[in-house]
Amino acid sequence: MRISIELAVLLAVLAGLIAFAFGAERFYLQLFSKIMILAIFAMSLDLLVGYTGLVSFGHAAFYGLGAYTLWALSPETAAASFYLSLPASMAVAAVAALAIGLLVLRSSGVYFIMVTLAFSQMFFYFAQRSKSLGGSDGVYVNVRPDPTVLGFTPFNLGRPQQFYLVVLALMVLTYVLLRYVNASLFGRVLVGIKSNEARMRSLGFATYRYKLAAFVLAGALAGLAGYLDAAQFGFVNPGLFGWQLSGEVLMMVILGGMGTLHGPILGAFALVLIQDLFSDATKHWLLPMGIFIILAVLALPHGIAPWLKRFSPRAD
Amino acid sequence: MAEAILAARGLSRRFGGLTAVRDVTLDLRPGEIHAVIGPNGAGKTTLVNLLSGELAPSAGSILFEGHEIAGMSAPAIAQRGIARSYQRVNVFPDFSAFENCRLAAQSRVTSSLRLARSRRDLAEKAREMLGLVGLEDTRRPASAMSHGERRQLEIAMTLAMSPKVLLLDEPLAGMGIEESRRMTDLIRGLAANHAVLLVEHDMDAVFSVAQILTVMVDGAVLASGDPESVRRNRAVQDAYLGAGNA
Repeated sequence: MRISIELAVLLAVLAGLIAFAFGAERFYLQLFSKIMILAIFAMSLDLLVGYTGLVSFGHAAFYGLGAYTLWALSPETAAASFYLSLPASMAVAAVAALAIGLLVLRSSGVYFIMVTLAFSQMFFYFAQRSKSLGGSDGVYVNVRPDPTVLGFTPFNLGRPQQFYLVVLALMVLTYVLLRYVNASLFGRVLVGIKSNEARMRSLGFATYRYKLAAFVLAGALAGLAGYLDAAQFGFVNPGLFGWQLSGEVLMMVILGGMGTLHGPILGAFALVLIQDLFSDATKHWLLPMGIFIILAVLALPHGIAPWLKRFSPRAD
Repeated sequence: MAEAILAARGLSRRFGGLTAVRDVTLDLRPGEIHAVIGPNGAGKTTLVNLLSGELAPSAGSILFEGHEIAGMSAPAIAQRGIARSYQRVNVFPDFSAFENCRLAAQSRVTSSLRLARSRRDLAEKAREMLGLVGLEDTRRPASAMSHGERRQLEIAMTLAMSPKVLLLDEPLAGMGIEESRRMTDLIRGLAANHAVLLVEHDMDAVFSVAQILTVMVDGAVLASGDPESVRRNRAVQDAYLGAGNA
């Protein structure tokens, strides 16, 4: 019963988002594309924070890597192949996550927060200082990745509507993948680690390896989001590695509801749309934004998703 | 007498100036229930923590099937076939009894990443163990179960790990008389296929199930042997059992 209601809600939302592509203005299509890219990013972080209990404050490292990889693979005046550059961005982010994960996963708690932050800041300063990466000015992806295969072009990323639909499809894929992972036995181990890591170890689980696998998967998906960011705006700068972005995505996960997957999607929409609302109304928008977040956390300590669940017919 | 499957030799553990376990030597044989008793603070739980790898010994060795395991990690030791339960119930409160047990069964399959095909086997194993300990309603989350049921679940989880050695740390703690009796019967039955180290306060239960008794006081072994000789041991009477039990 519960499952079919949930499925109906998800399909209705999906239908709404598809319909949006054919009804909305260009500005809103671009805004929603940006939000859905952040939603992919937030879901990847939820795998760490909400499922495995690893509060990473440096997840932007992999977002930035995905973006810079697209730039590195894009010729000056021609398009990179979509089918090569997208997996390549994810692979670069995954390899970096493996290397970083091997080190940072030896720590936990507050120390984990600090070392993940430190690693992402290393990338930030490297990009900031490196002349070949464009320094603080950033670099441009002049031509968007080209999905042409055997002379056939299924979509054009330069058109906001088509870009929107591609991002929507990738967000749905990410959601389905992570739902599947969570329901799998591997996912159960991650949740067990969050609940009680010492007990998992005494049951015989070498928890480090499981955490590393989750860290790599989350890194690869963050790389995907970063890739799409670079493909949307054609502009890549060190800010994509920055702690502000890591903090923002963490806020999306917490505001939306940790460990729920649809929560981070809601969190991404809520945070960006409210930010837009406030910044349209006043140039001192950070003040109402801060007040809003404090109120939201006080009113919905578990996030938007668990709160919404109360309205489902079979909730206790 | 059978060869020991798990043997501690001169095992010690110090915490700063405190020696919680001092030069403990004991043998655990297959098919045997070996009870460790002693007053609070005698070092019984620390001993279990050393044997299960949750603590590294300061000195001494632990041989499992003839191989040194002292200093190995808890997961590595669990993988070899030593499972433990906890004095304070230690299950996953948000998981159902079934999920708790399946997770325990899963731990012995080396890579959970390629598990899809053994999913059914794990479910079967989990159900079998839950049935063995007598837990019927397995769909409820552990947080909604009674204390006694969670104790049963904890035992089912250790069994689902398919261990050769069971380290049971006060499995009867906080149980009612009827629950206690059922658990004692269960432990007695387990000895057929496992070597059991039983840390317990309930003297009636200990004397009714154990073949070997080791008495610890202040971290050290005071006496060890069959229940009758331990009962008659003068030092044990003075230190622990009291004249009434003699």
